Amino acid sequence: MSEDIKKLIIDYVKKEYLDEDSDQVVTEETKLISSGIVDSFSMVSLKMFLEKKFQIKIPDEKATPEAFDSVNSIITLLKEFTPL
Amino acid sequence: MAYAEKAQRHYSSELTNIRGAGLFKEERFIKTPQKANIRVEYPAGAPNQDVLNFCANNYLGLSSHPDVVAAAHKGLDTHGYGMSSVRFICGTQDIHRELEKKLSEFLETEDTVLFPSCMEANAGLFEVTLDKDDAMIADRLVHASIVDGMRLCKAQLYNYKHLNMEHLEEKLQETQSCRFRMIITDGVFSMDGDIAPLEKICDLAEKYDALVMVDDSHSTGFLGKRGKGTHEHCGVLGRIDAITTTLGKALGGAAGGCVSGRKEIVELCRQRARPYLFSNTVPPVVIAASIRVIDLISSSTDRRNKLEENTKYFREKMTQAGLDIRPGVHPIVPVMLYNAKLAQDVAKDLYQEGIYAVGFFFPVVPQGQARIRIQISADHEREHLDKAIAAFAKVGAKYNILGKKKDEVIAMYGM
Repeated sequence: MSEDIKKLIIDYVKKEYLDEDSDQVVTEETKLISSGIVDSFSMVSLKMFLEKKFQIKIPDEKATPEAFDSVNSIITLLKEFTPL
Repeated sequence: MAYAEKAQRHYSSELTNIRGAGLFKEERFIKTPQKANIRVEYPAGAPNQDVLNFCANNYLGLSSHPDVVAAAHKGLDTHGYGMSSVRFICGTQDIHRELEKKLSEFLETEDTVLFPSCMEANAGLFEVTLDKDDAMIADRLVHASIVDGMRLCKAQLYNYKHLNMEHLEEKLQETQSCRFRMIITDGVFSMDGDIAPLEKICDLAEKYDALVMVDDSHSTGFLGKRGKGTHEHCGVLGRIDAITTTLGKALGGAAGGCVSGRKEIVELCRQRARPYLFSNTVPPVVIAASIRVIDLISSSTDRRNKLEENTKYFREKMTQAGLDIRPGVHPIVPVMLYNAKLAQDVAKDLYQEGIYAVGFFFPVVPQGQARIRIQISADHEREHLDKAIAAFAKVGAKYNILGKKKDEVIAMYGM
């Protein structure tokens, strides 16, 4: 289950934030915010995607750049709101 | 004591962190009016140095133009120094409305409302035009002031990959259920000088019944054959619903901005935009000089033509000299160096050669895309451009980067 969710988020990040010809590798540990793949402005769309997909509401104070900095940290955050 | 030691320690450590991250911004003291050749004290306490300025937004060279300065003097005499009021109480003079009308004529829009800055125009526009049932669909690289403006608005925020029209169309399809959608973009993006494909954007807006907003701060006055901006350059005059732009760059460079476009949108800004309602009026002296600027650029395209020629010449010669520059037509010329330290070192050496230019690196630009951003002006003469090109060639040779491709530079210096 967790593997499916990882893949879902990685696929979204690749599709949404990387150019088609990008050779950037994204794994569950890749830094997303601090590496600049996802900027803090674009993070909003990632948050909206997760909220829609998992039918949850992530409060703004929990949606920190640290919490969104890797697929692994996003999954830790999601577990607070939904059984994964 | 109100300013507790705890707070002082915190602020002090924040400043240390900024310095530690190499992000501390040192200001340089300029001892002359803004123009192509300036006298600078840098670092503080160092002897003055005469340098050529290649990092101002003074695209048309009007910041210290004698006619503009004379108009400012005259405006000071006829309309005074300050108004001590917001616009709607007792801060609107005849010349404020005159400038708004002239801007509408120049931009070929229905109406215009002045703001103290374009930052404030962007801070006010979205909140008054969109609500929670609406969507803002923004290019991912829009200016920080637009990002802040969107944060003040309750509409849902979507963004699309930079200049990527397929991705924009996906977002327009995703948001079909919203009441209004607004496509939001810079006309010209300030770090790369790349131009938004406004014709395609307007076509998509028509297809999906969306509004279009453009921040044209880096093009008003010189892009397009008559210098009206990106909407003229792209052939979409009259098709942009809201343009925000600044008087603080090509148009004299002092202060002030505006929202220009559909008359209802402009009037709503006048009635409800908080940065408009609660900020002081733009000073009369700035208004008087700006009227002169609009008259100058409406009556002759000489300055924008010279800027275009200067840009073409500089881009060609820099490429011939072996520098890696982002292709384009805009007077923003990014000289790519890829490595942050290299960008800073090259900028430092250029300064010793009498060329004032600044390095930009992450987080201002994406990781691995450090560069020096050169900005060409109509105030530059051919010998100024030649001096800068020669300086780049000399410094480029020192760092062995001339004729080198991106991968080769990264192999030498890292990202």
